[in-house]
Amino acid sequence: MITVHSLTFGYPHSTPIFQDFNWRVQRGETWAVLGSSGCGKTTLLYLLAGLRFPTKGMIEIDGERLTRPRPRSGLILQDYGLLPWATVRENAELGLRVRDFYGEDGKHTPVDFQPENSVAHWLYRLGVNEVADKFPSQISGGQRQRTAIARTLALSPDLLLMDEPFSSLDAITREDMQNLTLSLCEEQKLTFIIVTHAIEEAAALGRKILLLDTAPNQSARVFENPQAGTSGYRNSQAYHELCKLLLKEMRNEIPSPQPSPKGRGGAQ
Amino acid sequence: MKRRDVLLSALGLVILWQILAMLINRPILPAPLDVFGVFIQELGKGLITHFLVSLWRVSAGMLLSVLVAAPAGLAIGGSGRMNRIFSPIIYLLYPIPKVVFVPIVFLFLGIGDTAKIIIIFLILFFQIIVLVRDQAAGLPPQLLQSLHSLGAGRRALFRFVYLPASLPAILTALRQSIGTAVAVLYITELFATKYGLGYYIYYNGSTLFNYPAMYAGVIAMSLLGLGMYYAVDWAERKLCKWKFVS
Repeated sequence: MITVHSLTFGYPHSTPIFQDFNWRVQRGETWAVLGSSGCGKTTLLYLLAGLRFPTKGMIEIDGERLTRPRPRSGLILQDYGLLPWATVRENAELGLRVRDFYGEDGKHTPVDFQPENSVAHWLYRLGVNEVADKFPSQISGGQRQRTAIARTLALSPDLLLMDEPFSSLDAITREDMQNLTLSLCEEQKLTFIIVTHAIEEAAALGRKILLLDTAPNQSARVFENPQAGTSGYRNSQAYHELCKLLLKEMRNEIPSPQPSPKGRGGAQ
Repeated sequence: MKRRDVLLSALGLVILWQILAMLINRPILPAPLDVFGVFIQELGKGLITHFLVSLWRVSAGMLLSVLVAAPAGLAIGGSGRMNRIFSPIIYLLYPIPKVVFVPIVFLFLGIGDTAKIIIIFLILFFQIIVLVRDQAAGLPPQLLQSLHSLGAGRRALFRFVYLPASLPAILTALRQSIGTAVAVLYITELFATKYGLGYYIYYNGSTLFNYPAMYAGVIAMSLLGLGMYYAVDWAERKLCKWKFVS
C-alpha cells in the first residue's frame, strides 16, 4: 500500500534525517515506528501524511505519488488537535464539515465519499457520547483523544497515522486506548502506523516494528512481532524478550561512553 | 460581575456625588437628583437625537474597523511573509496617539461625519489588527496540521480555524478601545457639528452655562460607553461560549 522509494529528507543546515531510505507497508498491516527523540519518526509520519515532501525520492500510496494530504489518510497527533471553541460533537463533525465545504472534488474529498448523516455512531463507539456537548477543556486527555479518533474514523479512512497519541495519558487510560485502537483498526480493516518513543507501546501495538537510528537513516530495520494485539501478549515471555531486544538495539545506536546498567529512555 | 454589585456601586457613586455637591454648594456641581430630572426633560428636547448621532458615529467606526482590521490581522498573522512585511509598519504606527490625527483627518476629509467615523476607525484599527495578528500567529501548529490532514486547504483553514480563533481577539480589542473611542468621539464632536453628545455637553457648559443640562450630557455619554461595553460582553457570551465554561 505504501512504498517509500529512496527517500531523502532533511531540514536546512543539518544532517539529512533520511538518505536513500526504502520501506514498504502492505495493506492491513499494523506498524509501530520506534526511535528516540530527534531520530525523525515524527518527520516520517508527516511525510506519509503529505504535510512534508521528500527532497529526493518519493512516497507512493496505492500507486499514487503523494503530493498533498490524502483524503483517505487519517492523522492523529499527541495533543492540540481539537478546536478549543468547538464542542466534542462539533469537533468530531469537523472532517465532514470540511468535506462539505469543498464538495466531492477528489482533491480534498474522495470522489466516492459517502457522508454519514451524523457522527453519533462514532461518538457512541468511542464512548464520548455523554460528553458530546462539552468543550475540550472540560474533558479528560483520554476523552480528547477518543474525540480525535472519532473525528478521523467518521471520514472512513483506510490508513491511520498516529504520532505519540497516548504519551500524555496515565498508564491505565493508555492501555485502554491502545486496545481500543487495535480493535478499531481490525474492525475497520485499517492500515495502521503509530510513532512512539516507548518500547513497550511499540511492542504491544506493532505487528511489525520499524526502528529508526540517529540520522541519517539509510535502511529500514524491521522487527517482526506477529503476536502483538493478541490477548495476554503483554504478559508473555515473547513480549518481554522483544522489549529487551529493542532496548538493546536502541542503546547501541546512541553513542555513549559508559552505558548505565539500568533502563534508559524508551521503556517507561 | 453580578448585576446587583454594579447597581450597588452606581448607588455608591451617586451618594458620593450628592455629598460633594452639598460640600461645594455652587451651580457648577448640581445635585444628582436635579441632574436626573433635567436628563429626563432634555431627552424629550433633543438629547435623544444627540445620543443617537453619537451612537451612530461610534458604531460605524467600530464596524468599519472590525471589517477592515480583522481580515488584515488574520492575513498577516497567518502568513510568515506578510508578517515580515507589515509588522514593522504596524510597530511604527501603533504607538502614535491617534488623537493627533484629528486635525489631519479633518483637513483631508472635511468636517462631516466621515471624518469623525474615520478617526474612531483609526484608533480601533490598530488595536484589532495587533490582537488578531497575535492570535492567528499563536495558533498551535498541531492544530493547523490536524486540519490539513482532514483535507482542509487555505480556505477551509480560514473558515474553520482562523475566523473562530480571531473572534475573542476582536471582542477583547473592542472592549479595550471603547473608552478611548468614546473620548475621541467627544473631541471630534467639538468641531463643526450641531449634533452629538460632545457638541451638546460643550455647548451647554460653555455657551449656555446650563450646568444641569451639561451633566445630563455627561450621563448620556457615560451610558453610551457603558451600553457598548455591555454589548461587547453580551456578544462574547453568545459567540465564545467555550471561554465561560469551568
